[in-house]
Amino acid sequence: MRVSSTERNANYVILAAFALFAIWPIVGIVLAGLQPEGDAPGGLANLARAWDIGRFGSYLRTSVLVSAFVVPVSALLSILAGFALGTMRFRGADAIFYLMLVGIMMPAEAVVVPLFFDLRAVGLTDTFWAIALPQVAQSVAFGTFWMRAAFRAQPRSLVEAARLDGASTGRVLWLILVPVARPAIVTLLVLTFMWTWNEFLIPLVMVPTNEALRTAPLGLGFFSGQYTQGTALLAAGATIVALPVVVLYLFLQRHFIAGMLEGAVKD
Amino acid sequence: MARTARPAGPPGEPRRVGYLYVLPGFVVYALFALYPLLKAVYLSLFDWDGLTLGTWVGLGNYGEVLTDERLRAAFGHALVLMVFFALLPLGIGLVLASILHRARVRGLSFFRTVVFLPQVVAMVVIAVAWRRIYAPDGTINQVLSAIGLESWTRGWLGEYVFALPAVGLVGTWFETGLVTVLLLAGMGRISRDLYEAARLDGAGPVREFFAVTLPSVRGEIAVALTLTVIAALKTFDLIYLTTAGGPGHQTTVPSYEVYRQAFELGRVGLACAIGVCLTVVIFAISVVITRVGDRAGD
Repeated sequence: MRVSSTERNANYVILAAFALFAIWPIVGIVLAGLQPEGDAPGGLANLARAWDIGRFGSYLRTSVLVSAFVVPVSALLSILAGFALGTMRFRGADAIFYLMLVGIMMPAEAVVVPLFFDLRAVGLTDTFWAIALPQVAQSVAFGTFWMRAAFRAQPRSLVEAARLDGASTGRVLWLILVPVARPAIVTLLVLTFMWTWNEFLIPLVMVPTNEALRTAPLGLGFFSGQYTQGTALLAAGATIVALPVVVLYLFLQRHFIAGMLEGAVKD
Repeated sequence: MARTARPAGPPGEPRRVGYLYVLPGFVVYALFALYPLLKAVYLSLFDWDGLTLGTWVGLGNYGEVLTDERLRAAFGHALVLMVFFALLPLGIGLVLASILHRARVRGLSFFRTVVFLPQVVAMVVIAVAWRRIYAPDGTINQVLSAIGLESWTRGWLGEYVFALPAVGLVGTWFETGLVTVLLLAGMGRISRDLYEAARLDGAGPVREFFAVTLPSVRGEIAVALTLTVIAALKTFDLIYLTTAGGPGHQTTVPSYEVYRQAFELGRVGLACAIGVCLTVVIFAISVVITRVGDRAGD
């Protein structure tokens, strides 16, 4: 569309101003994390110092372990369930689908309280499973919905032709549907990783006393409450926590944006 | 896969095997999400401290949600936050997206990457960043002092009047990028012919916006509102890490009260009642927004 060059230039100003507004709190925290101050020597050494003082090494280890479990497991379960709900007709399929839709909308705040007391009753609180399994459940709800839509979007003839050729159900899924659905699966993996890595409430509630099982965001939350001798190390810690997802975002931003926007629209 | 004879039906159409595929995911989901939700409804009917035997109070906890001043305030604050999390970003996003949409500017994809960035950063990190900005010796007060408005400086998150809007503005900052990117995508799908026609009719930028752009992105507006309104209702991390509901109970919200009542005050039944109310409100709002969006789209 043709517009005057004044309008075009004004647009660039608006673009730049808004981009700055969006990014300055984040850039601000990164820069603050590099300042010398008190315990903090300044520069990248701050990250190392925060790593030691704030025990981010241990927190990151837990976060990596939780993500390494939640992401592949929930993706696998979602692919299997999405395959059945998307390509097969069986009694109760719709009911199961709607029940899982409930899981996408329901707030974690509502389930975390009964979950904590039930898990405590069976001795599972303060364990890895108390952090990981509820997050698998949440991710499977979204993942099933997402993979069902992805498999339904593929031409039915693809599946029917393979079945006529005598391919087993498992072969149809893994050799025909999954390769075509690869972009959707990557999006699912990326989103699940982001949600799991950034999750705060579930680890906060589920590991009340086991410090060794604090995840990176939870560790940062405690660090920000306890460490009050300045902001440089706190900011450095925040940078460490945010970095993995932000780096992944810079490489796979299309998947992030498409997933978070389409996830709400699909079907 | 077992190669057994299949029941009659379309060639190779599997039936019962579907259950096998759904089962593992559904079991985990049912155990760790669905069952706890039902259990929350059950527990909400008891007065229970989490340790000793609970006593049946029927709908008593729900009565308390409706009458307790602090809990009513929590739901009121959630409404205020919806303005900051949903309406402001929608307004800003509509203006911004339609301006950018009119002129094909270079660097739009870079812009999208940048403004969407807050969405992928952990809320803890965002809370740390904004606490620094709002602190008594923080960025905002430094700027105010530098331009001679010393008297305006204050601890933004600690004052009765300013704490809630201050938290709300973090939400505005957080959601505006998402809404703008969503609307830009929607506007990108509008046929150029519609604009040509509007111009031939002599429509200016404002008429063009109301006659062409706005009606075409109703679906996107519904999606944006659903996402941001729900985000406003689920602000636990941000409140917990910035104000802990204070000063007084000026910034408390339902999701924070669930945590506080259950794990700090030992009122598990009441916490569950708040959680159930929150869930009902979220379901109702998403259904209403989707319905309205669908009808408007016809």
